[in-house]
Amino acid sequence: MDPARPSASSGPPSADSYAEVQASAEFAQLRRSYRSFAFPLTVAFITWYLLYVLLSNYAGGFMDTKVVGHINVALVFGLAQFATTFGIAVWYSRHANAKLDSRADAIKARLEGPGTRGADDTDDTESTEATA
Amino acid sequence: MTALHTTGVQVVAVGASEHRPLIITLFSVFVVATLGITVWAGRQTKDATDFYAGGRSFSGFQNGLAISGDYMSAASFLGIAGSIALVGYDGFLYSIGFLVAWLVALLLVAEPLRNSGRFTMADALAFRLRQRPVRTAAGISTIVVSIFYLLAQMVGAGALVALLLGITGEGPRRLIVILVGVVMVLYVTIGGMKGTTWVQMVKAVLLIGGTLLITFLVFAKFNWNLSSLLGAAAEKSGKGAAFLEPGLKYGVTATSKIDFISLGLALVLGTAGLPHILIRFYTVPTARAARTSVNWAIGIIGCFYLMTIALGFGAAALLTPETITTSNAAGNTAAPLLAQEIGGGADSTGGAILLAVISAVAFATILAVVAGLTLASSSSFAHDLYANVIRKGTASEKEEVAAAKIAAVAIGAVAILLGIFAGKLNIAFLVALAFAVAASANLPTLLYSLFWKRFNTTGALWSIYGGLITSVFLVVFSPVVSGKETAMFPGVDFHWFPLENPGIISIPVGFLLGVVGTLLSKPEEDADRKYAELEVRSLTGAGAH
Repeated sequence: MDPARPSASSGPPSADSYAEVQASAEFAQLRRSYRSFAFPLTVAFITWYLLYVLLSNYAGGFMDTKVVGHINVALVFGLAQFATTFGIAVWYSRHANAKLDSRADAIKARLEGPGTRGADDTDDTESTEATA
Repeated sequence: MTALHTTGVQVVAVGASEHRPLIITLFSVFVVATLGITVWAGRQTKDATDFYAGGRSFSGFQNGLAISGDYMSAASFLGIAGSIALVGYDGFLYSIGFLVAWLVALLLVAEPLRNSGRFTMADALAFRLRQRPVRTAAGISTIVVSIFYLLAQMVGAGALVALLLGITGEGPRRLIVILVGVVMVLYVTIGGMKGTTWVQMVKAVLLIGGTLLITFLVFAKFNWNLSSLLGAAAEKSGKGAAFLEPGLKYGVTATSKIDFISLGLALVLGTAGLPHILIRFYTVPTARAARTSVNWAIGIIGCFYLMTIALGFGAAALLTPETITTSNAAGNTAAPLLAQEIGGGADSTGGAILLAVISAVAFATILAVVAGLTLASSSSFAHDLYANVIRKGTASEKEEVAAAKIAAVAIGAVAILLGIFAGKLNIAFLVALAFAVAASANLPTLLYSLFWKRFNTTGALWSIYGGLITSVFLVVFSPVVSGKETAMFPGVDFHWFPLENPGIISIPVGFLLGVVGTLLSKPEEDADRKYAELEVRSLTGAGAH
């Protein structure tokens, strides 16, 4: 867990420093934390959506079942797609806030070095490192 | 019962023309106010970053609102309401697909795109590939998708005017199409991204407000009971319970069922490949703000699509199918007609006011969306094709922005011409075609470029051109263009492709060609280092513009 520091202290990061960071354990952890969340979730919600499309097409009897009054399974299924979309958006954002942002900021601050993006970023670095 | 409602149709038309001044006044107020905002924004637009990306100065919430304004087009407001009003439950698929699609943008595209690109979709696509060929392909695809989408909005504008002016002549319809084209070009050339963003924010507030009002009134009429609203819609549609069940439009034959899957795929995978949506992520300062803006957009857009239930089924419950189709065969005027009915009917002041308000909202909707589309396509022309391909990077920022403004005028002219020729197609459905092209030509390259190290220029070109050509080719030989009464050219029949939406073929083709093209050619030079830069930058924002 000792990420590479770029040799230059200011200016845009060099191609070499990107490669060094990419090879670091810290970056690997950030990438894993992002991909292991976003990729399976993408597969899951697309499958869930396609299930809805296919059931609408080929499971008429099931989708036409009345639940309450004139409200049938098809409508409930459709509304459930809204609910899962809202839920996944909130879930991902919480994950990103908790697991991705501080790691990304720390790596970015090291790569860009002090003084390249003004004082704000330096402050950020210190606070994220202190809490990380 | 039928006789009674046939008289209703005439009343609707007469009522509409009587209250024409009010409608025109409201519409003029919106146009003048937004042009004022545009001029104000134009004064603050000094460099290319201001023109293309609004100076990256918008907050996550502001951009979320603007994304909603950019996305909830005439297709959503007029098209979906009309589809639900005519074919019931099957029309609701649009609402669901258009919303779920945002998760692709949130989870895979918004943040990495914000970090790796500058002004256009092609910035991210060409990041680690050979600039000129990839930018050419992405620029062409951006312009094609945007023009498909523009066409849909122009048809919507034309459909409205028949209702507003109470006449069905071609003259007034053309006039409105031209007016919309001129105003959108003014927004973009004067206000750039800043002006366009503010217009979209204002429009989003108006659209949500107008839709909330109608939803409120519809539900009040049915004692806040969704079930009785649906029951009334089913009964009045003449289709009974089938109106509330899937399959009324798409369940008829085995082919139409496949069309439904095709549409479903295009909707869910198209959003994250729409250039005018993608460039909105550049208007915020950080990837985190891009995420916040997508979250706001999902909230706002989701609430809006939930209300399409009230709009669509409300129109079905309170108007007869004949009333809707007489006004516009594809159902595009169902929402304004519903507003008139719920305000007290065609002869009442309440009905006239509501019709005027909702029609003005629909115009605002169309104007904001066409401005976004014009900006996306003219930006891509100037930044990708002109500056990077034609001038090979020697153009100054000033020349680039000037080229974008000229392109905006040209695109406006093309949109006006196309809008004049396509009057009868359902708007939601036209937009679905734009989604199919975006999902086939843009999304594969975007995802491969961001996440697949081996991906190279050949793969990108095969995927973009392959997806683009396949989807457009299939549309040309589909029942949308010829062979049907509602086709673009109803008099001739050269269709052989049975589906209306090409997505089920063209999307897999786009993804597959990206893989095949890549594997059949050599890896990019210095691929490891370039991918390292893209990956680190897209995940952390280091070195991002």
